[in-house]
Amino acid sequence: MNEPAIRDIWVYLSTSPLLGLTITLVAYGLAYRLYLKSNSSPLVNPVVTSVAMLIAVLMVTGTSYSEYFEGGQFVHFLLGPATVALAVPLYDQFSRLRQLWLPVTISLVCGVVIAAGSSIGLAWLLGGSTEIQMSLAPKSATAPVAMGISETIGGIPSLTAVLVVATGIVGAVLGTKLFEWMRITDDSVKGIAMGVAAHGIGTARAFQVSSQMGAFSGLAMALSAFATALIVPWLVDLIGI
Amino acid sequence: MNFLNGMTLLLVYQLAGEVTVRLLAVPIPGPVLGMVMLFLTLMIRGRTPEPLQNASTALLSHLSLLFVPAGVGMMAHFDRIADEWLPITLALFFSTIITMVATAGIMQVTTRWFARRQQGGDQADE
Repeated sequence: MNEPAIRDIWVYLSTSPLLGLTITLVAYGLAYRLYLKSNSSPLVNPVVTSVAMLIAVLMVTGTSYSEYFEGGQFVHFLLGPATVALAVPLYDQFSRLRQLWLPVTISLVCGVVIAAGSSIGLAWLLGGSTEIQMSLAPKSATAPVAMGISETIGGIPSLTAVLVVATGIVGAVLGTKLFEWMRITDDSVKGIAMGVAAHGIGTARAFQVSSQMGAFSGLAMALSAFATALIVPWLVDLIGI
Repeated sequence: MNFLNGMTLLLVYQLAGEVTVRLLAVPIPGPVLGMVMLFLTLMIRGRTPEPLQNASTALLSHLSLLFVPAGVGMMAHFDRIADEWLPITLALFFSTIITMVATAGIMQVTTRWFARRQQGGDQADE
């Protein structure tokens, strides 16, 4: 093949969503295989490795994020229906949940306030700008929810999306170790903490531990998305930023 | 067809959620309201239809994949992150750990407390 032909193909590919979508799925497939090879070590989290691979590929080929997102948006879009789908495990675990509704409600409200309060407080102490504090505040809620809140309170929504993913990774990687260290064995307790602190990425990790932990984590993620949307804008008003 | 029906149902509920949120101007994200609506529907019907079960399992079993495009967005914010890397990384890291430990602690203590109280109540009834 001669060079102009390759250039023509590249021009076609860089304007079509096909390439962005395909490399997302290929990178995730490789990352997931790597994760299984490592005996499901949380350190080889598939989100970390696939994001790293994709950024490397885009930088080498000089592709911008907006060009990549033409294809990536199809995967990103599924976060919406996936949020709705959480109603199913929630319904399956409802009888367990009904017995625990008071502890769950208390932990959830406290967790949401602590998540937002500690991130605003720490960022402020370390000299972060107001914009950064506001972008960090909803970081424990799931991506589409956090982006919406970030916008209302004066953060940068697309930066919040990145911080949400990073938060999920920290939670998924360290969560099980933290619970071991705290000597917590109850799957419902672990699930609630995982879902409140580390949303969907934590929930994906929780499902690998047990389906009960996954269901509780999914429940906590869904309810804390709800609670974050109600509490965080009010909390920000209260602190007076 | 089975999977398609389930997926359609999820999209219909998301759409209903988005429309309601906009009509009523409530500060809740559309998909979250859609989830609440679907949950209430399942409560009323008393069971999960099989297509819905399949579609939701398929989506939730690869939940981490769905966060990948947002994560790649980091490259669009390299400058901003480089400018304020210290508050961003430390606040993010420690606040996540604080939240995880505090929530687990509160849940552990309250679960035990209510279990004990309930047991106490049962014995008092006897």
